Amino acid sequence: MASKAITPTRMELTRLKRKLITTRRGHKLLKDKRDELMRQFMDMVRQNMELRKKVEEGIARANKNFVLAKSTMSDEAVKVAFMAAKQEVSLEVSDKNVMSVEIPVFDTKMKTNDENDIYSYGFAFTSSDLDDAVKSLSDILPDMLKLAEIEKGCQLMAAEIEKTRRRVNALEHVLIPETEANIKYISSKLDENERSTQIRLMKVKDMLLEAAHHYKEREANG
Amino acid sequence: MYKIAVMGEPDSIYGFAALGLDTFPFDSAEDAGQALRRLADSDYAVIYITEGLASLIAPEIERYQDSKIPAVIRIPGVSGNTGEGIMGVKKSVEQAVGSDILFGGEN
Repeated sequence: MASKAITPTRMELTRLKRKLITTRRGHKLLKDKRDELMRQFMDMVRQNMELRKKVEEGIARANKNFVLAKSTMSDEAVKVAFMAAKQEVSLEVSDKNVMSVEIPVFDTKMKTNDENDIYSYGFAFTSSDLDDAVKSLSDILPDMLKLAEIEKGCQLMAAEIEKTRRRVNALEHVLIPETEANIKYISSKLDENERSTQIRLMKVKDMLLEAAHHYKEREANG
Repeated sequence: MYKIAVMGEPDSIYGFAALGLDTFPFDSAEDAGQALRRLADSDYAVIYITEGLASLIAPEIERYQDSKIPAVIRIPGVSGNTGEGIMGVKKSVEQAVGSDILFGGEN
């Protein structure tokens, strides 16, 4: 895999060796990051699943109550009942940093603290079923907000884990083996150059000695 | 200061108005897609959307998958639970782990 044109010089060898050390360290760090992210993600996703089931059940129950309520009231009456809401919910968004993933944290603020303010209508023209329905929906709201927070966190973390995993794999299976192969290529090339220089020197020495002392002639005569 | 929006079929969401959430009833996909974009660009940090409507504008929702705000969350509508919300969670797991090892056996 000794790829492309790499110049087999000592300078290049030193550079590659340094690069390999950095790469290995980066690989280890990223791997640790991935493992820790994964651990946190697992906790969070379990929580996410539980909350989601709870919320879905809660909403299903509330919806059933609403259908029930609507069956005893005219569409108009229901519409009018919800025309002007007394309660208002707003959010403060702050960040939580989990392994360099920014996860939103929602802080809910109600306009009024009176829990009866969820009933935005007079009780004269509405059925009590509607009250139950609104109450059941209101009960599930805190869980819904928590769900939003956690589910978003899970999505963001999943994206980050995927990115980190790709990087780890790229380092592990491409960059590190490639650099190692290059280092091997250069060092064997350098060794070979050295050997060939040595052989050439020995040959030259032989030739010089032969020229000075005429060993072969003497051997033939003697 | 951020707000919370609820989108979906009128029958599924009108109750949320009482709780102080902003409701946006939609039946068709085109209007809803545009509205989602508009809501996401304004002060809505959380947008709940019923599964029925969400399945019609899935590509639009996908765009907000990686951004911190808004969180687009699927909720079941009055017509019942389609399991799409759970699928979303499983998709996250699949994206992170490579395969669904957590909830593979369930459902």
